Amino acid sequence: MASERVSANAASYRLAVTTRPSIALAVGSIAFFGALAALPAFAARDLIQDLIFVFYMLALAQCWNLLAGYAGLVSVGQQAFVGLGGYLLFALTIFGRLDPLLAIPLAGLIAALFAIPTGLVVFRFRGAYFAIGSWVVAEVYRLVFAQFKQLGGGTGTSLPPFVTNEIAGIEWVKALFDVRTPAARDIISYWIALALAAGTIAAVYLVLRSRRGLALFAIRDQEVTAESVGVDNVRTKLGVYVLTATVTGMIGALIYLQKARISPDAAFAVLDWTAYVILIVVIGGIGTLEGPAIGVIVFYLLQRYLADFGTWYLILLGVIAIAIMLFAPKGIWGYANQRFGLVLFPTRRRLVRS
Amino acid sequence: MAGLADTIIQGVLLGGLYALFAAGLSLTFGIMRLVNLAHGDLIVLAAFAILALASWLAVDPFLALLVALPLMFGVGFGLQHVLLNRALGHGILPPLLVTFGLSIIIQNGLMQGFTADSQRLQAGAIETASVSLGGGVTVGLMPLATFGSAIVVILGLNFLFYKTPLGRAFRATSDDLEIAELMGIDHRRIFSIAMGVAMIVATVAALYLGMRANFDPTIGPARLLYAFEAVIVGGLGSFWGTLAGGVIIGLAQTIGAELNPEWQILAGHLAFLVVLVLRPRGLFPRALD
Amino acid sequence: MLLELKGLCKSFGSVVAADDLNLALAPGEALGIIGPNGAGKTTLFNLIAGSLAPDRGEIRLNDRDITTASAHQRCKFGIGRSYQVPQPFESLTVFENLLVGAVHGRGLAERDAAAPCADILLRTGLIARADTPVRSLTLLERKRLEMARALATKPQLLLLDEIAGGLTEAECGALIETIRDVHAAGTAIVWIEHIVHALLAVVGRLIVLDFGRKVAEGEPHRVMASTEVRQIYIGIEA
Repeated sequence: MASERVSANAASYRLAVTTRPSIALAVGSIAFFGALAALPAFAARDLIQDLIFVFYMLALAQCWNLLAGYAGLVSVGQQAFVGLGGYLLFALTIFGRLDPLLAIPLAGLIAALFAIPTGLVVFRFRGAYFAIGSWVVAEVYRLVFAQFKQLGGGTGTSLPPFVTNEIAGIEWVKALFDVRTPAARDIISYWIALALAAGTIAAVYLVLRSRRGLALFAIRDQEVTAESVGVDNVRTKLGVYVLTATVTGMIGALIYLQKARISPDAAFAVLDWTAYVILIVVIGGIGTLEGPAIGVIVFYLLQRYLADFGTWYLILLGVIAIAIMLFAPKGIWGYANQRFGLVLFPTRRRLVRS
Repeated sequence: MAGLADTIIQGVLLGGLYALFAAGLSLTFGIMRLVNLAHGDLIVLAAFAILALASWLAVDPFLALLVALPLMFGVGFGLQHVLLNRALGHGILPPLLVTFGLSIIIQNGLMQGFTADSQRLQAGAIETASVSLGGGVTVGLMPLATFGSAIVVILGLNFLFYKTPLGRAFRATSDDLEIAELMGIDHRRIFSIAMGVAMIVATVAALYLGMRANFDPTIGPARLLYAFEAVIVGGLGSFWGTLAGGVIIGLAQTIGAELNPEWQILAGHLAFLVVLVLRPRGLFPRALD
Repeated sequence: MLLELKGLCKSFGSVVAADDLNLALAPGEALGIIGPNGAGKTTLFNLIAGSLAPDRGEIRLNDRDITTASAHQRCKFGIGRSYQVPQPFESLTVFENLLVGAVHGRGLAERDAAAPCADILLRTGLIARADTPVRSLTLLERKRLEMARALATKPQLLLLDEIAGGLTEAECGALIETIRDVHAAGTAIVWIEHIVHALLAVVGRLIVLDFGRKVAEGEPHRVMASTEVRQIYIGIEA
């Protein structure tokens, strides 16, 4: 506790973060979450599968946003942990005979262990070098995993039925919703994806509200000066890197539980797990908590209605990426925030008089 | 003994190809600090340009190259002028995303125009000719020509950079953009010229890429990584450094392939990471980061 | 001794920025440093604060060897610094800037840091701007913030780098008052300054650096009148 004499005037001040709109939002989001959790009772299987995609892309986007938008670590290599998580799921369920519901969090923890030495290597690099270096590291992961013949080598492998048909709770879901095994598996994946998305948003917000978050803001603005006021840059960045690696690993595990088929080229694809994620974050608004949610909805709509156009669709995505970056770099929420001052997840620390 | 010597020579010559991939990138990264994720795809684009010109004009690839060079200079100049100059100066993310978008557009555009089929530039006899270096060691004429071209290109770039007024402008802009502007240098024009020159080098690289092995619209990103590895290992701002970087990656890949063909690319990546962990600024950095 | 520098050496190629520097600072002492541009003054601060490693020599704080300690560790040990060109955290408010220092440099919990930060804001005249984003501050306010943020880390030693530059006469006077108060509260100060009259109003000892070496040291007015200083500084007013 502070042991100096603070003037009576000063002692009357305190710190405040929460705002009235944010309390309303907190209540609203709990209700919304409940509604989403109950959705499998009413929704068609198509919608459930689409929402799984939306939730895990949202979670990935939140992670990358924390890394690049808040910690300033523009990584082009997060696919390393998506693939790692996917392969860990396969290894833990097939060889470890673990239930997938247990394998997913375990995959996250193991990914964290991998992230520590990986982070220490890539943190030797700055800026552009960090971006390229992180991509090379992801390629190393891909090439190493392609060597494991037990998991299919370069061509990959599928999840055997003893894993997919016996996920904990699957019989209960089949009975509750009167569906067959594949649909029940989707419903379970849906709940896991929903939990991951909500959990990731909560985790990111908690980080930003904590002293770690304060350190991130300082590092983002003035890296060297932050050190001179006591911020441990390396430890803060490593902490964020390991946290995002853990979550990304769990997401990778979920993705490949749902797809039930894995290969190195797919699991470590820079396009699906980094390029699209970056696009989502930038469209929505980088460096804001609300941005990725908007970005993922836009991206989902693009995928849903235009993906059939094949190469033309991809060219359109390329054009959108360029246009957004040149003409609207703050993203949709970034401009809304600037114009209307809207903040759903407040992180400003205010000094108020008691 | 001849086996080891052979491996080493193969590795060094492969390094020549990678140095060609990397030289243009060294120029643009060195002057503009531009992380051009489309560089590999631009090389592939140049290869398709040579292919199309060779077939349309009914000439061999070497002559088609001569026609392609000014065309690709124009492409580079235009790209920088219209697009990339706008992305620079706001941190690392805009150029990254813009050039990634460009990469996707080029790849898919090529697929639309040429299909995903593998292509090859027909060079005739030079493809299989070989030269004896004595001691029982023979090397292919193609790899030797590639390496030789890399050296010529780097000599040319060094001459441009250090002995011409344009090169002086390049160096000034690279060192301190704002002061260079005060001295009357329009950095936007300098950048556009630099990108044009980089594309000329990329087209030469494309010739050897296309003659050496099959190519298709999707091989760009892998080439990009090798190029970046060579540039970064060599050190910012040094063209001979880029050659050294290319040779190191080439050697690592070849030695890795000797141990196990599946380890070729992995060995290159590992060599890159090891060098960078020990020397984060590369081996022979000249410019300030 | 609060701070001791023993045989500190630092060169950048052929440029010698610190040439076998020795220095001793007592707790609560106020020391001024002057010298021509390029004399190695800011380099000295970088060496003390830890953003630069010396080629040779030793730095001790409260008799603890901190020569290899990182910058953030030195901040936690009690060294605070302000930069010549203010480097605030632009996307944060004035209060949040101080909060970073109070939480990470001083080790307080965010809740507990509000009152001490408010105290500093009151003393440096920034309380009215507490929730203002830094972008809209004037130069004087930025300089005050620079110092306030360093103070938020509760330093035993405060390094001020040319903090009076660019201010009007009145603004300079106000700043001097604030620095006097900080010194009076017990914080040791080392102050690099070109505006010598500001220094003379606060410091009890003056050092002159040139080419990384101490050229003169002692009671401020005597040092200013010495021949070495006259030779280096022809024409400056005391």
